[in-house]
Amino acid sequence: MRHTFSETLSGLRRNASMTLAVVVTMWVSLSLFGAGLLAARQVDLLKDRWYDKIEISAFLCVKDVKGDNCDSGLDATDAEKAAILAAIQQNPETQDVYYESKQDAFDQFKQVFAGSSIEDSLTVDQMQDSYRIKLKNPASYEGLVSEISTMKGVQFVQDLHVYLDPIFTWLNALRWGTIGMSVLLLLAASLQIGNTIRMAAFARRRELGIMRLVGASNWYIMLPFLLESLFAAVLGAALASGTLALGLYAVVVQNAQVSLKGLRWIGWSDAGLAMAGVTGVAIVLSIVPTLIATRRYLRV
Amino acid sequence: MIRFEDVSKVYEGQQRAALKNVSLEVEKGEFVFLVGTSGSGKSTFLRLILREYRATRGHVYVAGKDISRLPAWKIPGLRRQIGTVFQDFRLLPGKTVHENVAFALQVIGKPSSVIKKVVPETLELVGLSGKGDRLPEELSGGEQQRVAIARAFVNRPRILIADEPTGNLDPATSVGIMKLLDRINRADTTVVMATHDSAIVDQMRKRVIELDAGQIVRDQVKGVYGAR
Repeated sequence: MRHTFSETLSGLRRNASMTLAVVVTMWVSLSLFGAGLLAARQVDLLKDRWYDKIEISAFLCVKDVKGDNCDSGLDATDAEKAAILAAIQQNPETQDVYYESKQDAFDQFKQVFAGSSIEDSLTVDQMQDSYRIKLKNPASYEGLVSEISTMKGVQFVQDLHVYLDPIFTWLNALRWGTIGMSVLLLLAASLQIGNTIRMAAFARRRELGIMRLVGASNWYIMLPFLLESLFAAVLGAALASGTLALGLYAVVVQNAQVSLKGLRWIGWSDAGLAMAGVTGVAIVLSIVPTLIATRRYLRV
Repeated sequence: MIRFEDVSKVYEGQQRAALKNVSLEVEKGEFVFLVGTSGSGKSTFLRLILREYRATRGHVYVAGKDISRLPAWKIPGLRRQIGTVFQDFRLLPGKTVHENVAFALQVIGKPSSVIKKVVPETLELVGLSGKGDRLPEELSGGEQQRVAIARAFVNRPRILIADEPTGNLDPATSVGIMKLLDRINRADTTVVMATHDSAIVDQMRKRVIELDAGQIVRDQVKGVYGAR
């Protein structure tokens, strides 16, 4: 065993610059790969918890707001509300609709801003009542939106797609962009590992020949090479994990979670999973090319 | 100890057989010279014993086992029973004499207590005691070949294979190497030696097997190099 470790160490020393190149390539590619995994996870989170339950909100006219369909200074009348409700219920895109009164809105407002200085700045009467609409299919919403947005008594229709679609586009681009780039880089990294090990094995071909001749097991012959490439891969994975943690902290914990409180964001458990995935990929991508590269020196 | 049963070997991509219908048996403790011109099949014969190659036809038995059927993972076990010496010594230039011999034990996982005991014993046996700290380049050709023999013998194999071990040495030095191989043979180790050295074969009067174009043309007890 001591011999194996000393061989591994001398191998690492002899190939220091190549090992460094492998570590850096692994680091960058695994970081990208991990970022891709996290972006994918973020998309899933938003889709699961939010996008599929997406609502369209039709805010009604109240005294304090102005709108094309409103009589200024007046709330929407009961007749107008009934007409709007009927239109929503009859629209084929609607699955469900409920009325959020001024009091409901006020309660929610108090809950969201509990403890904040603006908590007491509004009264129930200043809140705006609305119809909240669940869609049968979150992707088909345009017919309903265009129908009710011109109805008398509707101040404006808030369509969350307008806010969410850019986020999804962005996250999807991030996901596929990073995963695509990382796959190319990971391919390069594993080829690099294969080449490094092939060179190391070539430099030691006399020793390997004698080892085979005196009956050293294949496992024994291969182990120093496996340890050498595993070392580079695990170091790369550790650096990538650090990068992911730093990225999560800077982007999500410090910024996104603060400025977009209403959304669910990925957290440390997701980062942990991504790190485990990244490490697993690193181990596979170091072992496989090593086995291939040393095969010809082990052929008996 | 070694038995060939109707063995033929054709290398991939070649028409002519390197060995053709070879059958013979080498008993435990025998000393056998393998003679013949270059390309007559001597090296192929030795490599089949080591299972560096598989016989194309027939069976090769070493120590009672049919090694043509040996799975790859069992080959190291076979080779631990066979010591091998080459014309070009094949020592590791960066390692001392002691380290070169110890290497053969280290890589098969022998504990260092055993290595510390056995390596000096073996160096003494081959006449190199006191030279354990030298590097191969500081030794004469004959001494280097003694290191190689020590490495081949240090694990006390049952068979020693020597491929022209005196090919790079002058006649006087060769005699010394042959005495050493003879001594190892007397310790009940089967020795198979391929050689072109007629003086040595004639002097030793051991069994001689002559190969020509892959076939055995002579198998003579107490034979000589060139006689029919």
